[in-house]
This record gives sequence, structure tokens and C-alpha cells, in this order.
Amino acid sequence: MGRGGSAEWQRPERQWRRTVAGVPYLWLLVFFLAPFAIVLRISFADPLIGQPPFTPLHDEAQGLQLTADNYRFLTEDDLYWVSYLKSMRIALVATLLCLLIGYPMAYGIARARPVWRNVLLLLVMLPFWTSFLLRVYAWMGMLSGQGVVNKALLALGLVDQPVQILYTDFAVCLGIVYTYLPFMILPLYAVLERLDGDLLDAAADLGGGPRQAFLDITLPLSAPGVVAGSMLVFIPALGEFVIPSLLGGLDTLMIGRTLYDEFFINRDWPLASAVASVLVLILVLPIVVFQRVSQLGREAAR
Amino acid sequence: MRRDGRSPTFLFSCLCFGFAFLYVPILVMIAYSFNDSRLMSVWTGFSLRWYGALWENERIIDAALLSLRIAFVSATLATALGTLAALAITRMGRFRGRTLFSGMLAAPLVMPEVITGLSLLMLFVTLEGAVGWPSGRGADTITIAHVTFSMAYVAVVVQARLMGLDRALEEAAMDLGCRPMGVTFDIILPLIAPAMLSGWLLAFTLSLDDLVIASFVSGPESSTLPMVIYSKVRLGITPDVNALAAVIVAIVGIGIAVAGWLMARMARTGSAGVRS
Repeated sequence: MGRGGSAEWQRPERQWRRTVAGVPYLWLLVFFLAPFAIVLRISFADPLIGQPPFTPLHDEAQGLQLTADNYRFLTEDDLYWVSYLKSMRIALVATLLCLLIGYPMAYGIARARPVWRNVLLLLVMLPFWTSFLLRVYAWMGMLSGQGVVNKALLALGLVDQPVQILYTDFAVCLGIVYTYLPFMILPLYAVLERLDGDLLDAAADLGGGPRQAFLDITLPLSAPGVVAGSMLVFIPALGEFVIPSLLGGLDTLMIGRTLYDEFFINRDWPLASAVASVLVLILVLPIVVFQRVSQLGREAAR
Repeated sequence: MRRDGRSPTFLFSCLCFGFAFLYVPILVMIAYSFNDSRLMSVWTGFSLRWYGALWENERIIDAALLSLRIAFVSATLATALGTLAALAITRMGRFRGRTLFSGMLAAPLVMPEVITGLSLLMLFVTLEGAVGWPSGRGADTITIAHVTFSMAYVAVVVQARLMGLDRALEEAAMDLGCRPMGVTFDIILPLIAPAMLSGWLLAFTLSLDDLVIASFVSGPESSTLPMVIYSKVRLGITPDVNALAAVIVAIVGIGIAVAGWLMARMARTGSAGVRS
């Protein structure tokens, strides 16, 4: 961007330029960036019974008041370590599973006949348009003791009695894979669809086997899609709340759920803010990677 | 089939498995909405009683109406703001703070909802203490929150369309003395209208769907539909929620069919300036 073609908007009519960029810019500054600053600020306050339930940072008498107690508490209580680590493990496993299921699907769609491609893509997108909450709820029914999955396992003779699947870490993983799969398939499809078939033919003509062609050509060329899709699954999954709270057990401590409980049950705003600040810190790197990759993708698409 | 190590049968079975995975839970959920029994373990016969129960549940109906109202307003605002943002990114070259702008525009796509929800609540509380607005929380604060994250999705959709447009039309209009504002309204807007419509639909769905952010920024008087559903399903399976799911799937199905038809029509009439 910023090359050649956009010169026309450099001409006068500043008013319009200012409106086009200024209005959304201002909105995002006030409602997206400023809130982070406030959360960061409150994470250095002490909890208080009252409204709002935290000590003011600036006091007329004592000046600036900052306390690192909340952060110290985060490192001392195992609950938070366990939550952060478990979230990362579950999000990582779910992302890999999404990739494992999503890659062949995206590949299959990209290689389908053009008439079928749009239909298959629509089928991938369709569940996304129905309620997320209800799709998670659907798995509560599927996985329960008398649910379809257990009935199938019993009928197949794989188990003698219903197994506990609901309210386990596995159920949470499954729920994440299920709800985030479209986010993995779409970016993968975008790169695989553009893949130049001539390259593969050339590889075959030069004597490369199909496996080698896949490893040397298809996989490296689809890397941006793999990264974008993985980030689109991993980052939101890391802070997921609904899925662990409906499908997870009491010990499925994911950080999103811990934060939610800290806020709504313990009503400790400063501590919840500290949990959120640390989570944002963890996410900064993946978000920057995601933004870079999607920007490169957009530029390559032109 | 291209020669790179994946047989059509393998891909075909992957697709079958994948789509079964995506659709079986939804179909099972809908099937059980017609079950006469309260339990999901036994099938005692076909019945529409849960649909009747749904229709008489005023809490759900009120919440649905509130959710629809919030979704309509927030999708409309998000489409306006998201379209402006997409125009700024694609048509204005470099401007001061562009990196920050595109960063803020991309981040809500992946930001965990608990963080967005918590931080917006902190903002609203701080603002209320400082300037007295917004007084209390409810539909208005939920709307603002939804606009903020869904405008990012609208911007992505519209941006893709803007990049596909043939710039020759805009340049010709400029050469003929048309000003940027005129170009935007007379040339660009009609061409990106289908993308704006899909952006609007996306924002509308996202707003209807949101539980976590709304839970943070809503007041005691305003429970949206997902909040009511969540409070019901947290305690276990209830068949009237299955009925609600069936209704939502039906509405979405019809909606997508109508939208697809509309967009195909708009694309036919407005495709003059589109390359690709």
C-alpha cells in the first residue's frame, strides 16, 4: 500500500480524508486502546469494598498510589500458574488437531471442481453463522453419559459401560476444535486455492515423488495459511471461557474462566485486571505474528 | 488430480469425516427438540411441546427481542465505521499513526472475549466516575462493545472487496474532476455494497451470538438471549433450548439463502468495475 495508485487521495479535500480515517480511529482509540490502559492502571490498585471496588490511584493527600501486590499474588498462588499453563496446553493441542483435520479438508475443497468449491465453503461457514453457545451446548448432549457418543461406543462394543467424557479436558479440546475449525480451514483454503499446479507438474516431471512434491512445494507454499489459521484458533482459544465452563470439569482451569470467576464470583477487580494484563502480555507476540502474516497475505493477493 | 501425494479417496474421506464432525452434533440437537421426554437418554415419541414451552417463555422472548435490537443497531454502526476504516486503509496511502490504526483494527479479531469485556467495563466505570456518562450499564453499553469488535470483521470483508476493485474507474472520475467524497459515494459505495451487506450480516450474527462481552458490560435489567441461554444450560440439558436451537438454525438457513440470492443479484448488476 501507499504505492503509486493512492496519490489521488492526497489532493485537497482534507475534510473528507479526516472523516474517513478519523472517525473509526477515534472510536478505536477510545473503546479499544484506552480500556487496556485503564485495565493496566487498575491492576496496580488495591481492592476495596465499594463502588468502584478499588482504591483510587491518585490521592489528593498521598499522591500517586501504585501497588504490585496483585502481581505478587499471581506468582504466589498456584491457581494462576496452573490456569495459564493448562490454557496453553489445551489451546496448543486443539490448534494442532484443527490443523490435522482442517488441512486435508481445505486441500480437498481447493482441489474440488469449481462448481463444488463454493458449496463446500458455504458448508464450512454455515455452522459459524448459527449460535456459538448452542454449538457448544450440542456437545453437552452428545457427550453426556446417555449421549449419542456413549451409545455408539456401547453399541460398537468398545466399552462396557458409559465413559465419562463430558466435564473433562478432552471435552474442552473437542469443543474448541469443533467451534474453531472454520477459522483454520478458511485461511488454508485461501493459500491452497492459489497454489500453482504447474509447480507440482514440474516436480513430477523432474522425477520427484508425490510425497516429495507435497513436502517440498505444497507445504512450504501454504505456510502463511498454516500460521494465520493457527493464530486464529490458538489466540482466542487461549482465553476461551464458554467452552471450559460448559464442557470442562471443575479442574479444567483455563485462564479465561479463572479471570471470569475472579471478576464475577470473587469481585476482585484489581486482581482480575492483573490476570488480564498478563494474558495480554502473553498474547502480544502471537498477535503481532498474526497481523504481519495476514498483511503479507493481503499484499501477496494483489 | 494433481500428483502430490494425496489420493482423491483420502481427501474425499477427510471431507466426509470433517463435514460429519461439523453437522452431526447440530442435527442430533435438533432431532431431540422433537422428543417428548425431558431426558435426552430416551426417545419417547414425537412432540412439539418444547416449541410451545419456548413460545410461552417470556424471559426468552424478551431477551431475544433485546438481542435483535442491539444486533441491528450495532451491526449498522459497525458497518459504517468498518467501511470507513477499510477505505482509510486501502485508499489513503500512508498517514500518521497508520500502523497503530491497522493494529487496532486487526487485534479485536483474535482478542479473547474476557479481555475485551473486562477492559470495556473498566472503561465504562471510569468514564461514569469522571464525566457521568454512561450512567449505569445496559443496552447502550452492550451496543458500543459490539460495535467495537464487529467493526474489525466488517473492515476485513470490505477491505478484501476494495482491493479487488479496478482503480481505473476511480481514476477516471478523478480526472473528470470528481472529488474524493463524490468518488466514494458515486463509484466506490455502489461497488462495495455487496461486501457491506455481508459485513453487516456478519456483525449482526456476532452481536446476536456474544455472551462473554455482554455479560461484562450489561446491567441488571438487560439480559441478552445468550445470557439467558447460558444461565439455563449451565445447569444441564433442557429440551426447550434444543427447540430454540432448531428455530435459530432454521432462521439462519433461510437468512443465508435470501442473502445469497440478494448478493448474487447485486453482484450481477454491480460487477462492472470488479476485476478478478
